[in-house]
Amino acid sequence: MAKTFKKTAALSDQHTHYCPGCTHGVIHRLVAEVIDELDVRGRAVGIAPVGCAVLAYNYFTFDFQEAAHGRAPAVATGIKRVRPDLIVFTYQGDGDLASIGMGEIIHSANRGEKFTSIFVNNTVYGMTGGQMAPTTLSDQRTTTSPSGRDVADVGMPIKVAELISALETPAYIARQSAIKPKYIVRAKKAIKKAFQYQLENRCFSLVEIVSTCPTNWGMTPIEAVKWTEESMHAYYPLGEIKTPE
Amino acid sequence: MGKVLMKGNEAIGEAAIKAGCFNYFAYPITPQSEVAEYLSRRMPEVGGVFLQGESEVAVGYMLFGAAGCGARVFTTSSSPGISLMSEALSYISSAQLPAVFVNIVRGGPGLGGILPSQADYFQATKGGGHGDYRLLVLAPDGVQEAVEMVMMAFPLAEKYRNPVMILGDGLIGQMMEPVEFPDHLISEPSNKDDWATSGMDTRNRKDRNLVKSLFLNAELLEEHNRFLKAKYDRMKQEEIRYESYNTDGDYKVLIVSYGIISRVCRTAIDMFKTEGLEVGMIRPQTLFPFPENAIKEAVSKSGCKAAISIELSMGQMVEDVERSVQGVCPVHWYGKAGGDVPTPEEIMGVVKPLSK
Repeated sequence: MAKTFKKTAALSDQHTHYCPGCTHGVIHRLVAEVIDELDVRGRAVGIAPVGCAVLAYNYFTFDFQEAAHGRAPAVATGIKRVRPDLIVFTYQGDGDLASIGMGEIIHSANRGEKFTSIFVNNTVYGMTGGQMAPTTLSDQRTTTSPSGRDVADVGMPIKVAELISALETPAYIARQSAIKPKYIVRAKKAIKKAFQYQLENRCFSLVEIVSTCPTNWGMTPIEAVKWTEESMHAYYPLGEIKTPE
Repeated sequence: MGKVLMKGNEAIGEAAIKAGCFNYFAYPITPQSEVAEYLSRRMPEVGGVFLQGESEVAVGYMLFGAAGCGARVFTTSSSPGISLMSEALSYISSAQLPAVFVNIVRGGPGLGGILPSQADYFQATKGGGHGDYRLLVLAPDGVQEAVEMVMMAFPLAEKYRNPVMILGDGLIGQMMEPVEFPDHLISEPSNKDDWATSGMDTRNRKDRNLVKSLFLNAELLEEHNRFLKAKYDRMKQEEIRYESYNTDGDYKVLIVSYGIISRVCRTAIDMFKTEGLEVGMIRPQTLFPFPENAIKEAVSKSGCKAAISIELSMGQMVEDVERSVQGVCPVHWYGKAGGDVPTPEEIMGVVKPLSK
């Protein structure tokens, strides 16, 4: 009998350290599948962030660099400028990209750097233990907003995809979700499109992926999926926000 | 190529190109912005990369990425900018990437001033960023030596897979001097395939490369730090460079001085000679590793009554001089940190009483 499905080559055999119900594993696989489908594993370089995905390189089978907190877009810029033939992507969470690394992502996008950013938004700092992030929803409890995010005190959650889309420089910017098969299929399409734009040397591309963190949200995986769909999808609408055409 | 008259900052830019470095990322800051201005024109001419980053923080990591995928890369900045790049210096050192950083030092602390200074000695030689790392630090005394050290810095960075810093000062950056460029290009080292994330297809080996600095396991981090230490110890064995001046005969006082101020000390030593007073000088050309043994030997000579560290700071290198002298004779310090460089007469006034 012919084999109809197998693990994609860009993904390693190692078990991940991610918590039950976390969607990092799903997103890793989407990225790996896209890299194999585009046949670019031999010239791919990933940039790992600081945060839960700091060890992401353990789960991929191609070249990787590990950046300091928030600096992945600067690292990617350095690589892509000296080696435009490489296929470069950053994989960043919300604390990394939207807080400490906001300067780097905005300027990389505005220069139209020809790399791809996979931005995983689960509204909390995961690795450090569930502190408030720039994307934490209004009234959402975290370990540094124990009474819920007070938007009068710390401002509204940042819609990164929309913020970057406001730049005049052409780019591909999309937001998708990783909580259910119907969303995952769309997320993969967006990731593939983002890498294709890079392959064509067209523009900067960023895919924000709405994700879960049951551990730090204090929910079961099933509750987390429900909360993501009800609360996060409402504030962070899914779809293509900007295309280079 | 014969001698040309060039501003220090522009000569530094040209020297990097002559050394075969065609990748430059930078952020403007006085008194070294002419390097970026010069290379924004020159890099496109030689098919190289010029990019003005959004901050020194970002530029530091552009070097990380570029060096990490195997490219020869450098940046230039001045003191406050180097503070911002110090985070990247720590990461680049730990990830063992070759890269060259030029610091055209200005007065500090804080915004300080834009005139020459050597007040970043501690930052360059003792850290600046976090963790146990060292930079190989070269200190030129003028435009010609700055050119030679920039060209020397790339192969040194690649030999040790470690960042090399050129510690200049605002005067070296701003002044014009006749300079001669060696016209051979330095070839790329061949061992980058072992570690650079250059894309698996470009290498013969089929396993992937990883550039990183995280070691969550205590034993592995210990091993990593011991490996780095062994590298820094090897630099101490193989890379110490210094120049001796007027130390063949006897002398009453030993001056230790580097960079631009050492040229004023040299004039003071010549003027002392006409008065019949002999003063010697050791000029460290590497600040890390520091020429400890040379200084110890120089002060151990009979007749040497004192050593003095003369520097454009409030007393930083003097601590390394004290460490080197090991109590053989008294160690003094003289310095200025506002941006003025002392005159030979001023230095003579300070050194003379030490000879009695």
